[in-house]
Amino acid sequence: MKIAAWLFGVIFAALTAFMLLTAGWERPPIDSQQTGYRGTGMVDVINPRMEAELQSAQVVPEPTPLPPAAGPTAGDIYQNVQVLDDLSIARFTRLMQAITEWVSPEQGCAYCHNLNNLAEDSVYTKVVARRMLQMTQNINNEWGDHVQQTGVTCYTCHRGENVPQYGWFNSDPAAKAVGGMAGWRNGQNRASPEVGLTSLPEDPYTSYIDGDEDIRVIGSTALPDGDSRATIQSTEGTYALMIHMSEALGVNCTYCHNSRGFSVWNESTPQRAMSWYGLEMARTLNNDYVSPLSEVLPAHRLGPTGQGLKINCTTCHQGVNKPLNGVSMVDGFPSLGKPSSNETESVAELSEVPVDNSSAAAGAQPVRGQVSSRDSALE
Amino acid sequence: MAEYQNIFTRAQVRFPLHDGVPLPAGNEARIGKPVFAYWLGRIGDAQLGPIYLGWYGFAALLSGFIAIEIIGLNMWASVGWDPIEFVRQLPWLALEPPPAEYGLSLPPLNEGGWWLLAGFFLTLSIFLWWMRIYTRARALGLGTHVAWAFAAAIWLYLVLGFIRPIAMGSWSEAVPFGIFPHLDWTAAFSIRYGNLFYNPFHMLSIAFLYGSVLLFAMHGGTVMATARYGSEREVEQAWDRGTAYERSGLFWRWTMGFCANAESIHRWAWWFAVLVPLTGGIGILLTGTVVDNWYLWGMKHGLVPPYPETGVADPAAMPMQGGSQ
Repeated sequence: MKIAAWLFGVIFAALTAFMLLTAGWERPPIDSQQTGYRGTGMVDVINPRMEAELQSAQVVPEPTPLPPAAGPTAGDIYQNVQVLDDLSIARFTRLMQAITEWVSPEQGCAYCHNLNNLAEDSVYTKVVARRMLQMTQNINNEWGDHVQQTGVTCYTCHRGENVPQYGWFNSDPAAKAVGGMAGWRNGQNRASPEVGLTSLPEDPYTSYIDGDEDIRVIGSTALPDGDSRATIQSTEGTYALMIHMSEALGVNCTYCHNSRGFSVWNESTPQRAMSWYGLEMARTLNNDYVSPLSEVLPAHRLGPTGQGLKINCTTCHQGVNKPLNGVSMVDGFPSLGKPSSNETESVAELSEVPVDNSSAAAGAQPVRGQVSSRDSALE
Repeated sequence: MAEYQNIFTRAQVRFPLHDGVPLPAGNEARIGKPVFAYWLGRIGDAQLGPIYLGWYGFAALLSGFIAIEIIGLNMWASVGWDPIEFVRQLPWLALEPPPAEYGLSLPPLNEGGWWLLAGFFLTLSIFLWWMRIYTRARALGLGTHVAWAFAAAIWLYLVLGFIRPIAMGSWSEAVPFGIFPHLDWTAAFSIRYGNLFYNPFHMLSIAFLYGSVLLFAMHGGTVMATARYGSEREVEQAWDRGTAYERSGLFWRWTMGFCANAESIHRWAWWFAVLVPLTGGIGILLTGTVVDNWYLWGMKHGLVPPYPETGVADPAAMPMQGGSQ
């Protein structure tokens, strides 16, 4: 008995020491909130102690008052204004000051401009900034399905940094290469933070939000139909991308999916549809805006394949499901584009998923969207 | 001290040291002088050795060693032969099967070829070890129940790494050799085929697995609880009044109306254990070959309960709305 007690004590102490000395553990209590139908395990899991820190990191700078739109435009007064030429001088100057605050608060105007000739395109960052302005406008004007009414500004990603803190480089082809006699690892099997310290492929981006490899791997019919031949290895690629999304937004799988049928849309939450647009958006932005800029970037801004830093979910989200907690900054800067409002009602409406919170389900009539004949027969 | 709380046996089983019965003609000699070990006596028989290696045992250990060597050296090579990284990342490292494009053909050595070689030697080792178990049982005049139970586990192993990949036409379908990588493979396998929990053979396998645990607890508990009446003499007690086994039978008939007997309880245990990999292997073999999505299959056959629909539709099936993209 004494020996048994000692043995259990030693095991307990060893496990506790292991937990204290390794990363990634969170002490209870953890809050959870039901988000889907009862019994499906669809809950948001929140650690209130880490949540406070995460929330306090979402600082939104207060915009200065919007000056009038009237008056001479930037295109009239300045040379080489290609994107914001229709903007009034007052608004143009205000936006330039805001961008300085968002992107290069320490270096000031000189980070992008030759101070002797502001119109000149000699500094590479000015060329990049112009393209990024177009990208921001494109996001706000064309991607309302993802950014909703909130929209984005430079600050959504930059947060006072020259280069957004979160992004990715195309992985070194050496990780997948077949070199030497042994040790080929197919770009996976590393404790990589990109995929939540799993052993899944550590670059889920190149294939899916740079290239357009099919993310959908789950069989779409009950029986094999001959053409749904996604392999286990491509499934691991998709799985890795999903882990990235989960880490980027600080959510778990059931934020979007009913995990009993990951691929089934009419059991998923509206957030899944928004995420789908998000992936389309990230791929389009990387292809149309970010990748081509690699040509103008200096060597120290390039990754192992000679490409610049690219966009993934973390670039904007930075650990929260709504970047900057959903505070819209774009209202204060109409020149950055206007989030469209036509189609988003469907998604907003649907955030009211039937949730049956009554634990005394015996008496209460459960909320059911559709009761099938089979279900009624059981009751 | 309450006896039932102890994790050790109450008896030191010690007979005079012995080598065992004479071996049949053609057998190798047993190896090692037997010794007593007190702490082994606390959990089992106090005598350690001799061991019978024989040619099957020797060949099994050799081919097993080759397999582990191929796996381990590939893992080490994958971290650039860095010994510290090898230890640090060991749970993440793996020897991967070939990529899908090679199908069932022979891939280059460093692109799945090593995986095939390791699989060959591991399988050879397991078969040889099975032969050893079978022949040792026969040499002692025993039944071959243990060998056949082991064969059930080998069935599941072969389905995962050999039979199903051949049925699917690609070695890439098989499991990598690695600690976390094989777990990620398992999760990906379930996701790819629409949730393995809706596979009836997976259900059966789990039922037998949990059932085995329950039976194990029931039987172990019963025997220990009746040890004071001599329940370790299991079979000879089965028919006698007032003995440990009559009492334990009575106990279960009181509590659930039916009881196994001292012999049949071991048949229950054997079959439950053997059916775990047998049914599991069938379930894996049907996945991807006969059924592509177990969730949809379950829906079709009324196995999956319908839940309220959320009304969310596949955006890929709709025109883009947010603009001209």
